[in-house]
Amino acid sequence: MSEALQNEILPLEIEELTFEAGGKRLIKEVTHKFRAGPRTVILGPNGAGKSLLLRLCHGLLKPASGKIRWCGAAADDPARHQAMVFQRPVMLRRTVAANIDYALSLRGMDRDARKVRVEKMLESTGLSRLANSPARVLSFGEQQKLALARAWAVKPRVLFLDEPTASLDPAATHAIEDVIDAIHKAGTRIIMTTHDLGQARRIADEVLFMHRGRLLESSPADAFFERPEDEQARAFIHGELLWWDQPETRLQ
Amino acid sequence: MNDFSSAFTAALSLLASGDADLAEIIALSLQVSLGAVFIATCIGMPLGAATALYKFPGRRTVVVILNALMGLPPVVVGLIVYLLLSRMGPFGVLGLLFTPTAMVFAQVILIVPIIAALSRQIVEDLWREYDEQLRSLGAGPLRCMATLLWDGRFSLLTAVLAGFGRASAEVGAVMIVGGNIDHVTRVMTTSIALEVSKGNLAMALGLGMVLIVLSLAINGSAFLLKESGLRKHA
Repeated sequence: MSEALQNEILPLEIEELTFEAGGKRLIKEVTHKFRAGPRTVILGPNGAGKSLLLRLCHGLLKPASGKIRWCGAAADDPARHQAMVFQRPVMLRRTVAANIDYALSLRGMDRDARKVRVEKMLESTGLSRLANSPARVLSFGEQQKLALARAWAVKPRVLFLDEPTASLDPAATHAIEDVIDAIHKAGTRIIMTTHDLGQARRIADEVLFMHRGRLLESSPADAFFERPEDEQARAFIHGELLWWDQPETRLQ
Repeated sequence: MNDFSSAFTAALSLLASGDADLAEIIALSLQVSLGAVFIATCIGMPLGAATALYKFPGRRTVVVILNALMGLPPVVVGLIVYLLLSRMGPFGVLGLLFTPTAMVFAQVILIVPIIAALSRQIVEDLWREYDEQLRSLGAGPLRCMATLLWDGRFSLLTAVLAGFGRASAEVGAVMIVGGNIDHVTRVMTTSIALEVSKGNLAMALGLGMVLIVLSLAINGSAFLLKESGLRKHA
């Protein structure tokens, strides 16, 4: 059996998933099945619940109700085969190389193998020249690249990306998207959030549209952008503000 | 004022003469204080970090107690340690009373709450920033604790310095458990108290100046270390 199959944790099934905080229901009965293969972009305006959904899937938050099931061959230890990059990743107070090495050491990899993997990751993300620089003094774009390298280093089967290019300039955004593309081509399933329509068009194979904690539409990317089924998804694509609780204020 | 200036001049000449007794007192003071700080750091930092990271019943009470113990009266600690180490006490058989070890023991009791309470606050603040990232990377509780202590090392230096400040300036506890025995347990603070009572102000002032200079040197070095570390690793 190949390594990929041995480590496969997908599909990921979420069923009637809800999450509550501060007496408010922030994720409302979300059901979806993430299969192996395509890149999924979770799209929606700020406050839609995209990041919360990623954190729930990644196991950082516990749902109020509903089920999260990893159904693949390696589903008994899904945490080992997934990683996440945050909108504002935390850089440990050590060098760039040591940040990647830290993630690998947590997976129990021996020193020699770690060294080889760190060098490969630095090369793949274009960070080799910064290997011995302190991670915290890097630019935000470089830090985000390092966060991707650190996550990629552990060879995750699924990589959750929470708005990885928010507040980056176009050049840095493209550099990050190149790395995401490389990770995808290396066989890692990408599930990312964004509210950037252009980025969603560039990256997505499948789009989940969320608004106010609900999953309103899930479709292949082409179909979603050409013929969105949901009225609010259509409004979002057309750049209208989603003031759906107060229809009278909606821009015409 | 005249007394002060003459004492000051005498103190300077005493320091310049390289008096052997003075050197011995300074060496023992550093040995006791730095030893106590080292042991208290080994106990207090993990204790503070564990209190910050682990959720357990009574955690808040522990936090309040740690904070309250920062103000432990040294003479009371000295008395308790004296009772523990005296011939009639539970540890009397060890024969530690009136030795530098007893002084270190008393100072450790005084410093551990300071280092633990300050470490807890520093690690707790850092944990808010690191929580999701470390859990996402798969770090277990012990690894999280070690990571936070390492990444917070420059801020934690402040906790160690606070402990050192307390240890080096402390007189009540070491006087009781050490006995201020010449060439055995006499340190700068107990020596200053003794010299003042004898009217030997020059020696007392000389020791006081050395104590302040040492404190400044250690704090200054630590400050520079912290600044350079923070500059390097932000």
